[in-house]
Amino acid sequence: MSSPVITHPLPGPLRPYRFPAFERTRLPIGLELIIAPVRRLPLVTIRFVLDVGARLEPRDQAGIATLTAASMAEGTARLDAAALAEEFERLGGALSSYATWDATHVRTTVLSSRLGNALSLLGEVVRTPAFAPREVERLKEERLAELLELKSEPRGLADERFGSSLYKRTSRFSVQEGGSERTVRSLTVESCRAWHDRQFAPSTTALVVAGDIDADDTYRLASEKLADWQAAAPATVSVDDTPANTSRTVRLLDRPDAPQSELRLGHVGLPRSHPDYFDVVVMNAILGGVFNSRINLNLRERNAFTYGAFSSFEWRRDAAPFLVSTAVATPVTAAAIREVVTELQRIRAEVPTADELSLSTSYLDGVFPIRFETTDAIAGALASLRTLRLADDFYDTYRERIRAVTAEGVSRAANQHIHLDRLQVLAVGDRTQTGPMLTDLDLGPVTIIGDDDE
Amino acid sequence: MAEPNAAIPIETLRLENGLRLTLSADRTAPIVAVNLWYHVGSANEREGRTGFAHLFEHMLFQGSEHVAANEHFELIQRAGGTLNGSTWLDRTNYFETVPSHQLELALWLEADRMGRLLPAMTQEKLDTQRDVVKNERRWSVDNQPYGSWWERLPALCFPASHPFHHSLMGSMEDLSAASLEDVTTFFRTYYTPDNAVLSIAGDIDEDEALRLVDRHFGWIPRGNGRPPLADMSVPEKFGTWLRELVEDDVAVPRIFLVCRTPVFGSAGYYAANVIATMLGTGRGSRLHETLVRERQLASTATAFTFDLAKGTDLLVVDATARPGVAVEALEQGVADVLDELRMNGPRDGELARALAQTETDFVTSMQSSGDRAEQLSRLATYLADPGLLNDQLARYRAVTDDSVRMMASDRLGPDNRASLLYVPRTAGLVS
Repeated sequence: MSSPVITHPLPGPLRPYRFPAFERTRLPIGLELIIAPVRRLPLVTIRFVLDVGARLEPRDQAGIATLTAASMAEGTARLDAAALAEEFERLGGALSSYATWDATHVRTTVLSSRLGNALSLLGEVVRTPAFAPREVERLKEERLAELLELKSEPRGLADERFGSSLYKRTSRFSVQEGGSERTVRSLTVESCRAWHDRQFAPSTTALVVAGDIDADDTYRLASEKLADWQAAAPATVSVDDTPANTSRTVRLLDRPDAPQSELRLGHVGLPRSHPDYFDVVVMNAILGGVFNSRINLNLRERNAFTYGAFSSFEWRRDAAPFLVSTAVATPVTAAAIREVVTELQRIRAEVPTADELSLSTSYLDGVFPIRFETTDAIAGALASLRTLRLADDFYDTYRERIRAVTAEGVSRAANQHIHLDRLQVLAVGDRTQTGPMLTDLDLGPVTIIGDDDE
Repeated sequence: MAEPNAAIPIETLRLENGLRLTLSADRTAPIVAVNLWYHVGSANEREGRTGFAHLFEHMLFQGSEHVAANEHFELIQRAGGTLNGSTWLDRTNYFETVPSHQLELALWLEADRMGRLLPAMTQEKLDTQRDVVKNERRWSVDNQPYGSWWERLPALCFPASHPFHHSLMGSMEDLSAASLEDVTTFFRTYYTPDNAVLSIAGDIDEDEALRLVDRHFGWIPRGNGRPPLADMSVPEKFGTWLRELVEDDVAVPRIFLVCRTPVFGSAGYYAANVIATMLGTGRGSRLHETLVRERQLASTATAFTFDLAKGTDLLVVDATARPGVAVEALEQGVADVLDELRMNGPRDGELARALAQTETDFVTSMQSSGDRAEQLSRLATYLADPGLLNDQLARYRAVTDDSVRMMASDRLGPDNRASLLYVPRTAGLVS
């Protein structure tokens, strides 16, 4: 019998990994085709990615991209909602159709023997949605129901409302992707049809196919199924992503007797195209990205204020939120906020130690292959190349660029991109207990906000 | 092109100390998953210590003789891996997915805490994790609408004497009462190699993996056997329609309607699971089509099985009302859908569609080494045969229209239902 080993074992020889090779081509109709053969299991993910994000919406029509995308799964000119759902089920797939800030995604994963049928059916969904009034009205009512339910869900409510702490009321970004009660109520079947007619075009669409497929066959199939798609390219739009507040504010949404306060702290961050991207990603990992990050070790493991606390920079084409997110026991609400502020100051003031830096860089470097185990994850990554306008070699060079980040780079990124002078705080919790504490924090004027979701 | 039916390589063996090991090699990517199941969960807790199995899971990340507190997280993340643990009614699992050249690190960390946890346990660590768990309870149960369903549903479906009846998350009072002595006793009783299964899936050489497992786990002594659980058996059906109405801080009513169904892995389980798919997976399912699309009583409606291996499994329908719909109307709507299937059986093509979805889901989940290792551990723990992974699709395909009809007719009726009904607090109670 062996005896215990008392020191931790050293790694064996590293095995090489490469992100799957892919081809980017264009069909004559202008649609981009991104094909990645991945031969492991007999599966294929097919994903249409359209440059039709919520960022394009007029402020008063907030939610139209989401409602349109959802409605597309509810029937085509040829198949009603039930028949379309059954058709996908026969292929063993589930149709998923949704909008993000930057894009509309229509996707499914099926056994690769069903590629042709699934591609046809997805193409039909993208090009000829029925927008049956009954289905569109129902989906609209479901979004309104979701907004009603959110009023009793502190976590979701905090996420939903934080955008209005950061962006101007007139900016599309002050209201979540799905839209507010007021804007959703104003949407109609006609607005969905008009949105689809105006925004959906082959020249602003990519088709991503990843899995156990042959690239030439896939190109031929896509050409056949989509050859007659014609539509004019939509106009380009810019969004106001400038901060609403140039000084600090605290907003409190009252939830009487709540045992915890849901906290969001942050400010408008950076667009994905910012040249400091890699420094910022590593800086955030050290601050609040990995389990042993400064914020989680402080709030969870040292102070036991919370089950977990993390920070993140969202990445979109426009400047997206930087935020720290946690839920803490009501009596320690102010103490927890103070600790977060301390960590934000410290990441600016203290250059990370060699250990802190290497923990984050080796995590981000090493975990890279694990992020792409499935065809769906690979197709998602390829879709991001397109929606976020990344270079073709982004995934091939990612790991070396992470490894190249230095402690000085992290410190510089913290100083340039974390702004304590315009920190916005949102708390969803009990006003009687937390109100006075929040005022004493001296993090700016405390405003009590109501349930109205704008 | 690979075949959907190609067998996944599975090798099993048992160390002298009783640890059961399953290896499944797939060398297509340099990734390996390590997955360890201990056959202990909230069902094994003694009276007055609800929530202890889960609190104990937290303590397993607080270090062991040669590993400092939180160093497990540190070393795995530094190696480029992901990790976590979770506690369930009858098992607790710990898992890492790492770059394959770091396999030995993950094995060593799991072995050190299986063999040498106790020297690292302190009152201070216990107090901190107790507070973290209390915050987890506030976060997932107390400050979350419908959050209590995780503890109310088992309480409704199992009699008070049954090991699955009490709360997995535990009461604040019982969490406060947990002591270091409880940690010692629980560890010695349940965290032994002969009460665990270890699965390794991904980029491995089987001989090398076996050598590493033996090197790190081989010295750990066998336990003294686990104390018997109280009798887990319950009647096949509720024998009545149980109901519990809960007033909560919620905006709209929601129902969990439960039927007792055959336990995980039994012949009847596969038919019950197919029924759950027909009822509640996707936009083409009966619940969605009837309650969400046609009658518009619900905004969401799904169904799933709990996959319990002892006593009885539970088939659960979960439906949230559209604003303005009363809970009684929602419950009646769900009952109508169950009755339709129970009385008329599956429609033409419905079984084939459910099986096609199940097949895609199964193959999709096999892409992830972590999911694959988890399934192997589940089959090893519950059915003593991880090799059954390669039989799962055949077992689903053996389900027929007749077996669905019989199962639905036997188990979906009013004599085998339990309704957990959430309603918004009546106006007078709101502060």
